[in-house]
Amino acid sequence: MKSWQYQKDISGCGLSGIINKNGERITGESIICSIACQHDRGNGLGGGFAAYGIYPDFKDHYALHIMADNLDALHAVEGFLNQTVSVVHQEKIPTRPNKYITDPPILRRYFIEPVKEGDRICRWPGLSDDDYIVRVVMNVNRDIKGAYIFSSGKNMGAFKGVGFPEDIADFYRLDEYSGYIWTAHNRFPTNTPGWWGGAHPFTILDWSIVHNGEISSYGINKRYLEMFGYHCTLLTDTEVVAYLLDLIIRRHGLPVELACKVFAPPFWQEIDRMDKEAKRLFTAIRMVYGSGLLNGPFAILFAYNGGLVGLNDRVKLRPLVAAVKGDTVYMASEESAIRAICPDPEKVWAPKAGEPVIVTMDKGASTTKKQARLSPACAGA
Amino acid sequence: MEINAQGIYYKDLNDIIRKAIRNGEENFILRNVNGQRYIADGISKKISMEVYGVPGQDLGAFMKGPRVVVHGNAQDGVGNTMDVGKIVVEGMAGDVVGYGMRGGRIHIKGDAGYRVGIHMKAYQDKIPVIVIGGKAGDFLGEYMAGGVIILLGMFSQDAAKPIAGIFMGTGMHGGVIYVRGEVDPHQLGFGLIPKELDGEDQKNLKIYLKEYCDDLDIDLRKVLSVPFKKVVPFSHRPYGNMYAY
Repeated sequence: MKSWQYQKDISGCGLSGIINKNGERITGESIICSIACQHDRGNGLGGGFAAYGIYPDFKDHYALHIMADNLDALHAVEGFLNQTVSVVHQEKIPTRPNKYITDPPILRRYFIEPVKEGDRICRWPGLSDDDYIVRVVMNVNRDIKGAYIFSSGKNMGAFKGVGFPEDIADFYRLDEYSGYIWTAHNRFPTNTPGWWGGAHPFTILDWSIVHNGEISSYGINKRYLEMFGYHCTLLTDTEVVAYLLDLIIRRHGLPVELACKVFAPPFWQEIDRMDKEAKRLFTAIRMVYGSGLLNGPFAILFAYNGGLVGLNDRVKLRPLVAAVKGDTVYMASEESAIRAICPDPEKVWAPKAGEPVIVTMDKGASTTKKQARLSPACAGA
Repeated sequence: MEINAQGIYYKDLNDIIRKAIRNGEENFILRNVNGQRYIADGISKKISMEVYGVPGQDLGAFMKGPRVVVHGNAQDGVGNTMDVGKIVVEGMAGDVVGYGMRGGRIHIKGDAGYRVGIHMKAYQDKIPVIVIGGKAGDFLGEYMAGGVIILLGMFSQDAAKPIAGIFMGTGMHGGVIYVRGEVDPHQLGFGLIPKELDGEDQKNLKIYLKEYCDDLDIDLRKVLSVPFKKVVPFSHRPYGNMYAY
């Protein structure tokens, strides 16, 4: 009989992100190499990726990625989609067998547009396309048992599941995709279950977020979001950030930088020392968006079609390192994860607590170019 | 002994090093290190190790004797609870350098992250010293119980940044933090104020900095050309009454 030997794994989640500001698309190998370098930050209970620029043939359609426990759940989703949206194209999400990835759900993707009025009967007339899609996602995730829409943006997609990220990447064949922004997550679940829906990234529309830490304000954030029609169904704290991004930036129109100050506002003692204008602004931010503040330790990377952002909590309780080389910006939990794919960056720095690193796409960036980038470090590993 | 660490998993790399030490090897050169954790951890022999690349978390944790030189940047947790020996980092270092450190030296040329030297302690002739050539983040020397932290602010990659973050020395009840130049009182933890150095301080500071400058090929006169301030505990039990209503 095999004796059970307890060995403590000292871990925290791992993050990595890449953006090419010029829109050149990078193959999945780079981000896989980078996150695999941080293998020991996770424990095999969650890995995932977000990629932007991967669906050029359907770039004007919302790409819904769906996971379903069984065919009944999948059919329920398809029935609902048939009532609410026009499906332009649908297919299995391509996968390949990986011996470490067991018991995956049924995985499908649908390229869709909302049903317009006059076309068929519009389920929710008067909503913008984006709001309409949010409604679709919330309804499926809340009401259909055993099925979840885990990605719903245009020309982007999330790929996630239970396993180490390098195995999840192999399973989803991410080496076959090219994107101008990539984020990756290696999970070490602490407070919530390690299940397929609970892996990072969390997304809504083209917002995606990967997170290392824990959001102890989850309850407040969740109740706040419910007032605006967002329902948290994925049993993981990080989910609230995806919806807060959509609410605060897309719907309320705050600039990305101010949204970051909602999540990680200056301390009152810092506000006290600000000039009059800044004091007014940050006092207002804290008063109006107190329920959007993220309490607890975090390093997050969030992305959207226009950029990539890294942010720490106000006292930097989780690590984050950034680096630049040419048009490409890298962010990761550890410097080694950057050096694995970019051995000679022009600049490496550790962002300050609460101060976002915001990287936006250059004006006129074209996302049709591709660049092959296989890192030397991984090629030798 | 020279080891090409490229692509070697951290456990295997540390196994190779430990086995070589058991066989009497005393000098190591590690090349192409990238993120391997726990290098030189818990080693209680006076070995010498040069690291090229970026070593991973907890470099030199619990170590008792080795001299480790990093020709590049280091990540988080350098010298965690280290006891005896020295770590020299020629680039920057990450967060929580010298956590609970109880002896030895950590010499960093560039910037260091948050929570450097928290919970440092000293006992009789065991006085841990951390010297940071660049700037430091928040919570420098938080809960410090003993030892010495010296912050120079000279070799930072961010000229605009203040020499340290906020909450410096919060809750400290032993030891001393020396800061080259001025430090704004708002950066210090509750109850602390920057103070002038006395003769004993000047003497010790010079001894520590000479060693630092020798290790990193820095002009000592230039370092000493600007006066220092010190931060020391305002009481042996700064929070003795905190929970006494």
